[in-house]
Amino acid sequence: MCNEFAGGLIHFCNIYSIFDSFLPENLDWMAFMMAAISLAFAAINVVVMATALYILFERRVLARFQARLGPNRWGPFGIFQPIADLIKIITKEDTTTDIADKIVHNLAPIIFLSATLAVIAVIPLGNNSFLGKLNVGVLYIVAITSVNVVAIIMAGWADGNKYSMLGAMRGVAMLISYEIPMGLAIVGVILMSGTMSLSGIVEAQELPFLLVQPLGFLIFLIASIAEMSRAPFDQIEAESELGAGYHTEYSGMKFGIFQLAEFMAPLITGIVVTTLFLGGFRGWAWLPGELWFLIKVFSVVFVLLWIRATWPRIRFDQIMAFSWKALLALAFLNIIILVVEIEIFQDNLGSISLNSLILMGAINWVVTIVSIVFMANALGQSKLKRPKAQPSSLANMYAESE
Amino acid sequence: MYGFGLIKGLWITLKNLLIPSRMFTVHQYPDRKASPLDLAKINESNLFVYLFSHPLSSIKSLLGLISISDRQKQHPRFRGEEFSWYEERCTGCASCAKYCPLGIIEIVTKPSGKFIPEGEKYFLEKFDIDIGRCMFCGLCVEACPYDALHMGSGFEEGKYSREELVINKQRLVESEKHPSNWFRPQLENKTYNPFGPKSVEWDNVGRHEQPTMEDLEDRWADR
Repeated sequence: MCNEFAGGLIHFCNIYSIFDSFLPENLDWMAFMMAAISLAFAAINVVVMATALYILFERRVLARFQARLGPNRWGPFGIFQPIADLIKIITKEDTTTDIADKIVHNLAPIIFLSATLAVIAVIPLGNNSFLGKLNVGVLYIVAITSVNVVAIIMAGWADGNKYSMLGAMRGVAMLISYEIPMGLAIVGVILMSGTMSLSGIVEAQELPFLLVQPLGFLIFLIASIAEMSRAPFDQIEAESELGAGYHTEYSGMKFGIFQLAEFMAPLITGIVVTTLFLGGFRGWAWLPGELWFLIKVFSVVFVLLWIRATWPRIRFDQIMAFSWKALLALAFLNIIILVVEIEIFQDNLGSISLNSLILMGAINWVVTIVSIVFMANALGQSKLKRPKAQPSSLANMYAESE
Repeated sequence: MYGFGLIKGLWITLKNLLIPSRMFTVHQYPDRKASPLDLAKINESNLFVYLFSHPLSSIKSLLGLISISDRQKQHPRFRGEEFSWYEERCTGCASCAKYCPLGIIEIVTKPSGKFIPEGEKYFLEKFDIDIGRCMFCGLCVEACPYDALHMGSGFEEGKYSREELVINKQRLVESEKHPSNWFRPQLENKTYNPFGPKSVEWDNVGRHEQPTMEDLEDRWADR
């Protein structure tokens, strides 16, 4: 499979050829395995270390957003805080409740983390450097992020704790609802690029899709915030209502793995949003592609953090109404408009020129603003209809007997 | 218009992030990381002068390696934990023990067999203050007729067991003495700082001037 030598530091074929050079010829499969394992090891460690740094970044910046200071005691600017957290969480006792289903209970954090980690495998991180080249990368991402739902329902059910179960139930209802607008927003990207391969999508972005289809970008961003269950959609672990939600009964490193996966989610979301909507590693030539990629991921993560610092949690019925009434309708509107526009602006070869793209973007921005204002007014005016309060017959028990 | 409040909220949090005057509303209790500006202020010099004259410590402080105390300033009459007691002034009258509403001061004395003019009085075998039950009302200090007992000016006497909270005579004698101005107006008149670094000796805390030997001879000659 690796015939030509490709550029880039972390290309699979480069590592394969290194191992292949000092192994005998009939051991190709071994070189293949070694290359795969070493590459996976490096990728996972990079992501986990980045998450540890991101946790510190999130805590410090969140504190600044709220006029606090954040952790700053341990090392200059508190940079050793993740290490201290890790030592604390490893030395804690690992407990399991008596009525817990032990196998499912122990399996849930592993599935949660591995599903989050596996997304990184298909992302084009820079020019010509891929961890894995998959021609249905988008489908893979949508599929693998759905596995989180299974892990959450496993964790909630296996504990034997009603708060865990409640958190997992409503969390899963929310996650499944938000997968639909998320998928429909991705359909817009696939329509524009004509491929499901992530590297193909990046190549198709002459103009970043953020500028061409802002409505799809907004829907995807909101839906992915809900998918990773962060504020303002943190129904799964609503502290004031459920204790800690699905990981109430977890402690020690199992809880740590949940936390790691939860804090890894914004990074992964930033990477996916960058690839699908911000043009991935594309950028002006005065910086390398990997650096452009990092800058874009960082800015998406900062916006997610800003939203988390600001907006309060939404009530559960509001969350479901927002998904099914607003986002779903807007996603369909996005698809219809894109189909019509592509049909108009496409030339004979099926490609769209840059001028046409700019014109499409202008039309789509107007449509986005008008449709969002319309939707906000339509949904904002409808009041929640409550049933009229009826006095309980039990409450008047003694009054009636007299 | 609906939804505009969301953007307003984002603007408020962004202002918190970006405007420096909104940033620091927290006192960091034991110490905080010093900026070059703080160090320049301590050295009583300009920021730029300090940056060029002390490049190493400037870089250190920018890396967050230098920390300076960030304790809240207490009032001079603060009733602190570390009692200051002067053995030279104490006669063993046990007024403090009698006035203590909680009865936590324990005094055992024995006569030293000498007269006061000769520099001797009751000898204290035991002088224990149970800080763990003290409410720092200051009545013992008010009761002391010879200004031997003073409230302290510190508050960082946290211990790991209740037994360690009992201050005994040896600790009182050996400790650094920073008497508070509580019920001691004579200390307020001088340029005295209870939180200063210097320990205060017994002949500087009385409410009268120290009598000379001639005064004492005059007083005792009538007897």
